[in-house]
Amino acid sequence: MTDAAIASTATGRSTWERVTSHRDWMGFWFMTPAALILIMFLAYPLGLGVWLSFTDAKIGKAGSFVGIENYEWLSDDTVFWGAVFFTLGYTIIASIIKFGLGLYVALLLNKNLPFKALLRSIVLIPYIVPTVLSAIAFWWIFDSQFSIISWSLTKMGLIDHNINFLGDPWNARLCLIAVNIWRGVPFVAITLLAGLQTVSPSLYEAATIDGASRWQNFRFVTYPLLTPIIAVVMTFSVLFTFTDFQLIWAMTRGGPVNSTHLMATLSFQRAIVGGSLGEGAAISTAMIPFLLAAIGFSWFGLQKRKWQQGGDND
Amino acid sequence: MTEVSQNFAKANLADASEGMSYLDTLPRRVITTWIPLSLILLVLLFPFYWMVLTAIKPDEQLIDMNKYNPFFVVGPTLKHINKLLFESRYPQWLWNTTYVSVLATFVSLFASVMAAYAIVRLRFRGAQLAGGLIFLAYLVPPSILFIPLATVVQSYGLFDSPMALVLVYPTILIPFSTWLLMGYFKTIPFELEECALIDGATRLQILTKIILPLAVPGLISAGIFSLTLCWNEFIYALTFINSVQNKTAPVAIVNEFVDGDIYRWGSLMAGALVGSLPLVILYSFFVEYYVSAMTGAVKE
Repeated sequence: MTDAAIASTATGRSTWERVTSHRDWMGFWFMTPAALILIMFLAYPLGLGVWLSFTDAKIGKAGSFVGIENYEWLSDDTVFWGAVFFTLGYTIIASIIKFGLGLYVALLLNKNLPFKALLRSIVLIPYIVPTVLSAIAFWWIFDSQFSIISWSLTKMGLIDHNINFLGDPWNARLCLIAVNIWRGVPFVAITLLAGLQTVSPSLYEAATIDGASRWQNFRFVTYPLLTPIIAVVMTFSVLFTFTDFQLIWAMTRGGPVNSTHLMATLSFQRAIVGGSLGEGAAISTAMIPFLLAAIGFSWFGLQKRKWQQGGDND
Repeated sequence: MTEVSQNFAKANLADASEGMSYLDTLPRRVITTWIPLSLILLVLLFPFYWMVLTAIKPDEQLIDMNKYNPFFVVGPTLKHINKLLFESRYPQWLWNTTYVSVLATFVSLFASVMAAYAIVRLRFRGAQLAGGLIFLAYLVPPSILFIPLATVVQSYGLFDSPMALVLVYPTILIPFSTWLLMGYFKTIPFELEECALIDGATRLQILTKIILPLAVPGLISAGIFSLTLCWNEFIYALTFINSVQNKTAPVAIVNEFVDGDIYRWGSLMAGALVGSLPLVILYSFFVEYYVSAMTGAVKE
């Protein structure tokens, strides 16, 4: 009401007053700082990246249009396909385990515990510490000579020589996935916990009186009420895992022999270290369809269930 | 506001109530709750214990794992930390990180407050669309932007300058902060603004004198979370900064500390420890704000 009244009085005034006080103009001015930054440093580079992927730009040399040559070149490149498959595997395995463990931790923390707030803050610490720095700690834990894991297993008599954690392609891949899970579980757990806390305990009491088992309590009370939050959390989790860079760069830099390159690290390797911006941009651009698919899948996949179960009625 | 406080009261009530947990016997509770929880906490915290332990271990204990039990330290030393703080450029890198993070946080808080207020309260034509676009910006990851951004930064003449990071980091922070603040602004009743409008306040006055004081918790949440994200940021800092004296701490540790020296682990871990401490200390003071920042942005 008030806004409408203001709008109608503003129309009768001079241009200057309209530009400074009309609702739409005010909206425009208020949006300007955010819009300027996002257009200059996000939207424009996003478009530029796609354009660069069709050029042969090098560092220090503006490229010329070469059509889909970069993509043709990449489609024959086994390192690129290796990175694509590792990125997919890394994302899928890590996301599933992060979701499972995260939900489990959230359910544990949602119980009636002493020092609940303290426990919750401790669980979140791996997420607060800069990824690169904890990755370096893991790099040391996975050292080929002085690994504490090798040492413990040797002392327990389980192995007789040190495990080559980051020197062997498959070991390195599994280690990176494990570290990603280690870092991602707190985020999933704490956000799901926030969702769990909004579920009223009386629902569980009612379900239990009706004879529901623990599993049924989870399956038919907790899970349906939690789906909207799961959808959002997992969308972000998948997104951040798929575009991960820091962890790989700090621990293996894509080695041994390019076996642990994610698409992000490979594009950095080619574009910034190797200098061929065009090719790197083509790898980055190739990530976009995967990202859209991942977002669409986790978003619509879970959103639909929410709708089927009448989750948006509350 | 009353609605909010009622919700809080309700949440507290639910937290304090015993629920059905009295049905669990003590042994059952130990097996289903405490044992798994302790194992998980052990795994989550072990790397930090290891980081601290390595940072204060004398060199000979680092590599001689037969004579000394590696899980403990005999005669801890501050040598590594000392070397880090007084014989390397580490203080400079920490300062760079702080400087860039604080500036970028303020730039993005300013832009986000304006944008969030406009979207929630001015309801100008296209406000919905603007909100949607800002959310989409949240989904664009730095890993696909750094290559074109490197050329953009180069063409603006900002390459190798901390200002490049100050201007680029807000692209990560603004979408997040705007959505968080939109949620906070929505809880502030319209009536307060209407009173102020009748009394002749301009929109800017309403924003600075009524909305912002009421949204302080939201501003703190957005601010410290932004600070953390900046401190954490790696790929832009790695790409845009070349000279040693301009690097941020995370990048500098990865690039400058890694040499062939077998004893490097002590100083590496000291570097990782000192680089993490400011955030952990900040976190310990503002836990609740962090949690509400994380969950708030997800819930919206």
